[in-house]
Amino acid sequence: MPETTLADLAHEVRSKNAGPFWVTMELFMRDAEGYRIAADESFLNERVIAELYRVEESTVQMFRIPSLNVVKISFPRPISQGSLRDRDMHAGQHHVPLARMPIKRSADRDR
Amino acid sequence: MDSEPVKSVRVLSPSGMLGAGWDHATIERGIALGADVISIDAGSTDSGPYYLGSATPKTTAKAVARDLRSLLTAAAGAGIPVIVGSCGTSGTDSGVDWVAGIAAEVMAEEGLSLKVARIYSEQNAAELKEHLDAGRIHPLPPLGQLRAETLESCTRIVGAMGHEPIVQALRAGAQVVLAGRATDTAVAAAYPLMKGMPAGPTWHAAKIVECGGQCTDNPRAGGVLATIDADGFTIEPLDPAVSCTPISVAAHMLYETANPFEMREPDGTLDVRDARYTAVDGRIVRVEGSRFHVADQYTIKLEGARITGYETMSFTAIRDPLILADIDAWADLMRTMITQRVDQTLGLADDEYAFDLRLYGHNAVLDDLEPEIGPPREVGVMLLVNAPDQATATAIAKVANPLMLHLPTPAMDYLPSLAFASSPAEVERGAAYEFVLNHVVDCDDPTSLFRTEIGENTDA
Repeated sequence: MPETTLADLAHEVRSKNAGPFWVTMELFMRDAEGYRIAADESFLNERVIAELYRVEESTVQMFRIPSLNVVKISFPRPISQGSLRDRDMHAGQHHVPLARMPIKRSADRDR
Repeated sequence: MDSEPVKSVRVLSPSGMLGAGWDHATIERGIALGADVISIDAGSTDSGPYYLGSATPKTTAKAVARDLRSLLTAAAGAGIPVIVGSCGTSGTDSGVDWVAGIAAEVMAEEGLSLKVARIYSEQNAAELKEHLDAGRIHPLPPLGQLRAETLESCTRIVGAMGHEPIVQALRAGAQVVLAGRATDTAVAAAYPLMKGMPAGPTWHAAKIVECGGQCTDNPRAGGVLATIDADGFTIEPLDPAVSCTPISVAAHMLYETANPFEMREPDGTLDVRDARYTAVDGRIVRVEGSRFHVADQYTIKLEGARITGYETMSFTAIRDPLILADIDAWADLMRTMITQRVDQTLGLADDEYAFDLRLYGHNAVLDDLEPEIGPPREVGVMLLVNAPDQATATAIAKVANPLMLHLPTPAMDYLPSLAFASSPAEVERGAAYEFVLNHVVDCDDPTSLFRTEIGENTDA
């Protein structure tokens, strides 16, 4: 059976530029149970995001919003918007590595 | 515009962008619901540095004319003002004049006589350098301290105005305010603040309506109406078939903003930590508890773009599974071969130009973050060259042309022919730009960096 990913438990996972120098992502989880998994700091935290996106851990900001079942993640864009090596002008496709994170394997790893 | 105190103010937000288009019936419905002002954003840094760097609008003139016709006729009929922010996409002076020219044509055709204010927000590097020398310019993360050379390297710099210059224009009798770069929210906040509405609910409502219908359950169906009063605001879609829900409204506070709880404006910070979103009925939402903390120092944010070089693009495609099975080795060979041939043919070392080779269909979008492995079915190969001048960029792309047509994998002993997408294969992209400013200037007077011209009626 294929692994369950964050996307499987989410209504929507999205990413977007927040000004020219930042990218921000949201996990809109389907319900409180999905939120509990995504908001679990032992599973998804600044270090995990830093490894996933190869950015400095100290620059990663995370916001957990239980009233919306949302986990929001922001960090400076490693490649500034519109420069020669920017392949995603609006940073709108950079949610994919986050969305496909398997929830079981990672949860086990951090236990 | 009088400044008599009122109990509430209704702000009509037709769309997230002037030129995006909407059903005129949604504007008529907003007017019928008692709109006091129409406000709309006409720009953003969203689409990249080119629009600011080259002072070119992203929208086409006909789309702007169509939308202005819808707004100006409705507003003139109702006797309410229209406020447009960040004219011409980046809010440069020429962007303001471009929208003003289109507005003048529309008003002449429609027989309208409206007093138009133009607020210019472009900044001069020499004047900013004085602020820099006086220690009045500060970086916002992730950028560091500003250097004078960076200011001088910009082709265009704008300051993002708050609500004050817009209020000043309204008080001077403007019926149409065409603002240069403004914060997305200042455009919607100006009129309610002028009418004495509290800052917390006003700035929060302005953030929620800045993208029109994006805070509804059907963002394609037109804009919204926000009613701001002493205790909070309500928000309702202009299309009767569309709904706002507490979730759809609260979720918009997350959109395109790094911090979902706080948003800095020139004169302070909106704080929505304690905001409560409740359904009034099935399609109207009430929001209370938004706060605004006035800052110790008033600041104006700067945006600036400079030329990084000139670009030429070439695009070919691969379908042969023998190459696709070894696509990463093929791409490595391509990079090596381009570097060698450019050195041999043009005498350019690899630090005298730059190129990006992108494998669309394989890993172009995420590059080394791409988690999937396995051979793709088809790959589009984009070569993007950046050089100090256009002729050099194109020369490099032309040197690469035979490789983009015939390069084999390291294991092949024959020359394949790949699928160029067009003839010629090379496309000159002109100047390429980058954003280099993410800094604020301390200002004692909120209007000091901006210049307003108010025309006589229809004299835009």
